[in-house]
Amino acid sequence: MGGSPAVLGGLGVLGFLAILEVVPRIGLVDARFFPPFSEMAVALGEQLGTAGFWTDLLATLRGWFLGLAIAAGAAVLIGIAIGSSTLLRTYTASTIEFLRPIPSVALIPLAVLLYGTGMEATLLLVVYASFWQMLVQVLYGAQDVDPVTRDTARSFRFSTWRRIRSVLWPTALPYVITGFRLAASVALVLEVSGELIIGSPGIGNRLAAAQTAGAVDTLYALVIVTGVLGVLVNLLARFTERRVLRWHPSQRQEATS
Amino acid sequence: MTALSRAAQVLALPVLLVLAWWFATANSTSFYWPPLSEILGSVHGTWFEGRLTTDVLPSLGRLLAGYAVAVVLGVGLGVLAGSSRTFRAIAEPPLEFLRAIPPPVLVPILILLAGVGDQMKILVIATGCLWPILLNTIEGVRAVDPVLRDAAAAYRLSLPTRVRTVILRGASPQIAAGCRQALSIGLILMVISEMFAATNGLGFTTIQFQRSFAIPEMWSGIILLGVIGVLLALVFRLVEGWLLGWYHALRAAERKG
Repeated sequence: MGGSPAVLGGLGVLGFLAILEVVPRIGLVDARFFPPFSEMAVALGEQLGTAGFWTDLLATLRGWFLGLAIAAGAAVLIGIAIGSSTLLRTYTASTIEFLRPIPSVALIPLAVLLYGTGMEATLLLVVYASFWQMLVQVLYGAQDVDPVTRDTARSFRFSTWRRIRSVLWPTALPYVITGFRLAASVALVLEVSGELIIGSPGIGNRLAAAQTAGAVDTLYALVIVTGVLGVLVNLLARFTERRVLRWHPSQRQEATS
Repeated sequence: MTALSRAAQVLALPVLLVLAWWFATANSTSFYWPPLSEILGSVHGTWFEGRLTTDVLPSLGRLLAGYAVAVVLGVGLGVLAGSSRTFRAIAEPPLEFLRAIPPPVLVPILILLAGVGDQMKILVIATGCLWPILLNTIEGVRAVDPVLRDAAAAYRLSLPTRVRTVILRGASPQIAAGCRQALSIGLILMVISEMFAATNGLGFTTIQFQRSFAIPEMWSGIILLGVIGVLLALVFRLVEGWLLGWYHALRAAERKG
């Protein structure tokens, strides 16, 4: 039944675009607020031709990357420090559980006070949100170490450093990578929202400008850009996962089947 | 473990951190970092004399409404999509794209389509929460044991019974994971939609405080948002533990055996 997934997927994309084109044309929704896809595509083409668009895109990517890198570095260091000590783990659990669900956008007023509308304000949100995503994964990973392996390492009198490198890290790595994949998309969401609300430079800020100017087709074009960015971030994270975990059973199995 | 040492483990670090905050800011003359005593002192006057009913409850109402719409739609569509391989292949690329759009960028568009009232905010929350629930439900339904499915079909269980006892139950751990992710997204979107265009609500009021430089009140808003985030996560965990108790017990038994 059915064709190959690639063909069906292609059909799905075409069908989706056709719906976007037809629905406003036959008047199901108001074309002033929901222009047909062809008009969005024209606006997208115009955007791609302006230098300002590329400057903003670069600013968004820079903020995303910087925030993610800071959060990942801090989460791995702190996560391993906490994860390798039972004492630290029991005493920090409640605090981590408390701080984690605090919505990062609650920090927007504070970020604006401290940094105005500069990129640091948005960076603060990105780092805060993606840090917790990763830290929790690192901690799960550190907990998952096989007790036999841990005891073996101990009876061989491995140094702490060696134990972290050759016992804890390989066990935690798949979790770290999952955390990274989650954090990568969360960081993008917060980067764009920060730009949108705070007004720091980037695609989100450009979107806000399009809204104020009432340029509806440009607005949709920029939303499409953010969606494409999101897809690319997911693909990149998945690709990294496969590369880094080549040795891991979950990936090896996938390759042979 | 005695109750006392357990309490110490849970409370030690939070108490230490709050004390550190208290004393570090005790004589603070910095405009942005008022003494903690002053922040806490403003909580009652700021939130419990009227704002609870005019701002906090409407915010929570919108959050719950949007979230409920997302759960019903996400699970319903997810069961449909998860049961048909062809449909999945067709719908996957557009769904992946829609999911990758950072939800906050839809706020300007939904303002166009639905105005600036409650309807828009509920729509924003629902569209943001929908994706994790929908995609997790599809995955969960797909992973339901085919033998179980065939057995249910062979016993000629009616369709509603089959959906309820085999498919929904089998997919429920995944569905719960999606709902948990959606909850924090919903809270973020509640705040963002109110920061954009609102005349009341927690997000709106907190931003107002920041703009009018009512700093202790702004801090109390941030803290209140944090507390709500934590409480929602806690309630979710209780409900999940109650609904999925059988599953967690099963996993624990498997791990032991």
